Amino acid sequence: MNKIRSGGQIIWESLMHEGVEVVFGLPGGAILPTYDALAKYEYPIHHVLVTHEQGAAHMADGYARATGKVGVCIATSGPGATNLITGLATAYMDSTPIVAITGQVPTSLLGRDGFQEADVQGISLPVTKHNYLITDIHDLPMAIKEAFYIARTGRPGPVLIDVCKDVQQAEMEFEYPATIHLPGYNPNMNAPDPQAVQRAARLLNEAKKPVIVAGQGVSIARAEQELRELAEKAQIPVATSLLGIGTFPATHPLSISWGGMHGEAYCNYALQECDVLLAVGARLDDRLTGAFETFAPKAKIIHVDLDPAEMGKNLTIDTPVVGDALLTLRALLPLVEPNEHPAWLEQIAAWKQETGYRDILAQETDELVAPYVMRALWHATQGDCTVVTDVGQHQMWEAQYFHHVKRRSLLTSGGLGTMGYALPAAIGAQVGLPDEEVWVVAGDGGFQMTMPELSTVVQERLPLKIAIINNGYLGMVRQWQDVFYNKRHAGTPLFNPDFVKIAEAYGIPARSVTAKDEVYEAIQEAQAYRGPFLLDFQVEEFTNVYPMVAPGKSNADMIRRPLSHNLEAGE
Amino acid sequence: MTTNGSLKRHTMIAWMEDKPGVLNRVAGLFRRRNFNIESLAVGHSETPGISRMTFVVRGTDRDMRQVQTQLNKLVNVTAIQDVTYEPTVVREMALIKVTATNENRADIIQLASIFRASIVDVDLESLIIQVVGPEDRVNSLIGLLQNFGIQEMVRTGRVAMVRGARTEAAGINGETAVSAHPHHKNGQY
Repeated sequence: MNKIRSGGQIIWESLMHEGVEVVFGLPGGAILPTYDALAKYEYPIHHVLVTHEQGAAHMADGYARATGKVGVCIATSGPGATNLITGLATAYMDSTPIVAITGQVPTSLLGRDGFQEADVQGISLPVTKHNYLITDIHDLPMAIKEAFYIARTGRPGPVLIDVCKDVQQAEMEFEYPATIHLPGYNPNMNAPDPQAVQRAARLLNEAKKPVIVAGQGVSIARAEQELRELAEKAQIPVATSLLGIGTFPATHPLSISWGGMHGEAYCNYALQECDVLLAVGARLDDRLTGAFETFAPKAKIIHVDLDPAEMGKNLTIDTPVVGDALLTLRALLPLVEPNEHPAWLEQIAAWKQETGYRDILAQETDELVAPYVMRALWHATQGDCTVVTDVGQHQMWEAQYFHHVKRRSLLTSGGLGTMGYALPAAIGAQVGLPDEEVWVVAGDGGFQMTMPELSTVVQERLPLKIAIINNGYLGMVRQWQDVFYNKRHAGTPLFNPDFVKIAEAYGIPARSVTAKDEVYEAIQEAQAYRGPFLLDFQVEEFTNVYPMVAPGKSNADMIRRPLSHNLEAGE
Repeated sequence: MTTNGSLKRHTMIAWMEDKPGVLNRVAGLFRRRNFNIESLAVGHSETPGISRMTFVVRGTDRDMRQVQTQLNKLVNVTAIQDVTYEPTVVREMALIKVTATNENRADIIQLASIFRASIVDVDLESLIIQVVGPEDRVNSLIGLLQNFGIQEMVRTGRVAMVRGARTEAAGINGETAVSAHPHHKNGQY
């Protein structure tokens, strides 16, 4: 049997060896031999054509987060590859496994500034876990094998393979490698140091006011069940990071929602007052902690993470535990004694009640405010859907008012904060989970950044539900201007198109919603429709997100929502 | 807390696969993570395919932990060791081109011999002096030679090797050599 294959063929056949079923991409000159191989040999891999390569990277990201598999995106050289960079940086910050394959000019033209040449290996260096430039076809199969291994193991992340055009055209006898040899790569998938686990257990057993902070690492390790068992066994309240939402059911009595800059106030009080803090699979970044030196000042901190570089990166850690979240929680469970913390839980309940009084939904107003939409969406879906949010005020409100109970049910750009993430990431999620109800929740600003991907929605016949939270502003930036720049709204009022007409131009049914009493019914109409549907929620324009911790300030110094009907930033 | 002790110079040795772009990866990481690199020297190690880098970095103990763990995340870096608190042989080489006249040439040559430096090139109006030694010896010689007029100078940067038989992992088996600094032993990060 002749096993001679071209570089283009090798790319597709290697992807098949890795179990890849779908790729997101857009062709161009330097990647054409690879695209041609797909058409010529009819490989059983579905190619989703995107309208812009940024969309391809976000789709691979959404696909990976929703399914737990490695997402794959493809682009051509130069601008095709540089358009991927925002998506790769997004995935890198949020530890999403992606393999990106880019075409590069032929090796004979490398470094000569030829048409559509860019130093993609150099450009992608700081936003990928690893990358490759392939100038010899004999390096190609191993690079692909290694790329998938590196992307999905340890702390996941994006890996880029830049393949010169002549490499795609060259031929060799192909056999997919069975083993890899990476002497410098240690993904830390071993069990944690037993002594560190014992120290952690001792601290938890002695704690009077313990709190767990669960991050996305819990979800990546599929340790949700163990997290719950630990919390219930020792009656420890559980907060999450933004990306940790869904790792612990928000409706669980021990859930204290999520903390940080716009987290629930009672959660922040608990974090500031706790005496032992167990962080599992969370980076403890500035958005969660506020000013590092003021975070959880009374707490002994136990930090569980499989990336040793996270230990002590931001905070002083009393007990670092380098290890996989699942293995660590399993090791910790038998050592942690059954416990109750009635006084502590009562204190948190009192804080929660106070927070409830300030809830904007408890205020009497006829105006349609975004939190009302989020709560209605939660009721209508009963939480049984995947929500993909963009970045800004709506993102915070979604996280506050939609109580996620299902793992991986919120996909959001937490680390990089990439506006334009929602629509393409939701496309990726829906492609990966065709039977899932997938909602895009985006602001009017961010939605327009990647809006052309609506054509991908229609092309792929995806039944995506889209909710635009339209307040006519770059809302979160406007909020900062309200609070820190004396309400000077430079560059934040938006000129918006008629989103209903935009949707209709793509053949997507849509309706605008302007009043409270239409919200629930409109959501149900979208749900009932067997196809994509867009809702343009025209919400009260000046509502801001509370609480709010000013950057560089302590979480103890939250700006709270005014206790009045005045929705503008007043205090 | 963002600080952990005072700023100190640390000498680190890193072993890495000898592949295109590896130096770029390391340099890029230093820049991106804002590490304060004072010198860097790289060349072949005793193992084919493995390069050895000695670099000097300034920072707190916490910074050093970050340097080690972040560098170790680079796929091509096979090991890293902080040898600051180890007994080491530390050397640097410099080539110094000094203005020399008939009157002072003998003085310069005598000075060089005191520092066990060698004269590697002689010209009517200049000398090239090669000196090898700990940095402070190189610094002293340079300080004295400035009186004669230094036309050109090149220094290699510090290279270091731990004394005695090799006991710790050193770059060939993927193990990470762990710093011997006492602060890193009791779990305090």
